[in-house]
Amino acid sequence: MAEIKVDCTGETCPVPLVETRKALRKAKEGDIVEVTGTHPSSKKEIPMAVKALGLKLLDIKEKGGVWKIRIRR
Amino acid sequence: MAEKVTIIAHSGDMDKVYSALIIGNGALAMGMEASLFFTFWGLQRLKKGGLEKGPLSKMNMLGLGKWMVKRKMKRVGVVSMERLIQDFKELGGKILACDMTMEIMGIKKEDLREDLIADYCAVGTYLSEARESKITLFI
Repeated sequence: MAEIKVDCTGETCPVPLVETRKALRKAKEGDIVEVTGTHPSSKKEIPMAVKALGLKLLDIKEKGGVWKIRIRR
Repeated sequence: MAEKVTIIAHSGDMDKVYSALIIGNGALAMGMEASLFFTFWGLQRLKKGGLEKGPLSKMNMLGLGKWMVKRKMKRVGVVSMERLIQDFKELGGKILACDMTMEIMGIKKEDLREDLIADYCAVGTYLSEARESKITLFI
């Protein structure tokens, strides 16, 4: 199983959401997608998209304004 | 079947086309289907080289306002409309062009970004898509 990293640091709406979706589309079942970013609303909205897509949110971490979200496809 | 968003892009104003593209991309990112129906002034933006040409809907001030807003957008990190429209296509979004507008304004297929357009159609196509959509917007 692969781990795919997506860096959206400094990006704003709607890029973190769109890049997350692109990575999830390319990922195979069981792969983990890790998204890093700084856009505050995306930290709330990526989990909403994960739920809507019926995927598993593994964890959300934030340190100094930089968040990391891990998703299992 | 996935839930769907159908958006009419009637305005060709830069800020409104941005809204249409951002909402369309957001919908696709959240697992919905999305169709963008370009008509009237909106269709002008699908002309070759026309995507970024729209004025600002308010305070355009002969382009000065647009220039200021674009500069600010760049600083904040907003991506270009070209990037948004390419992402929209990549995520499976459908772009439709109104053929009546093409007739009225004398626009030929070869004047338009045929690489982006999935189909050329009229009100019937919009309604058959809209009636099965959860969300439909007129921008």
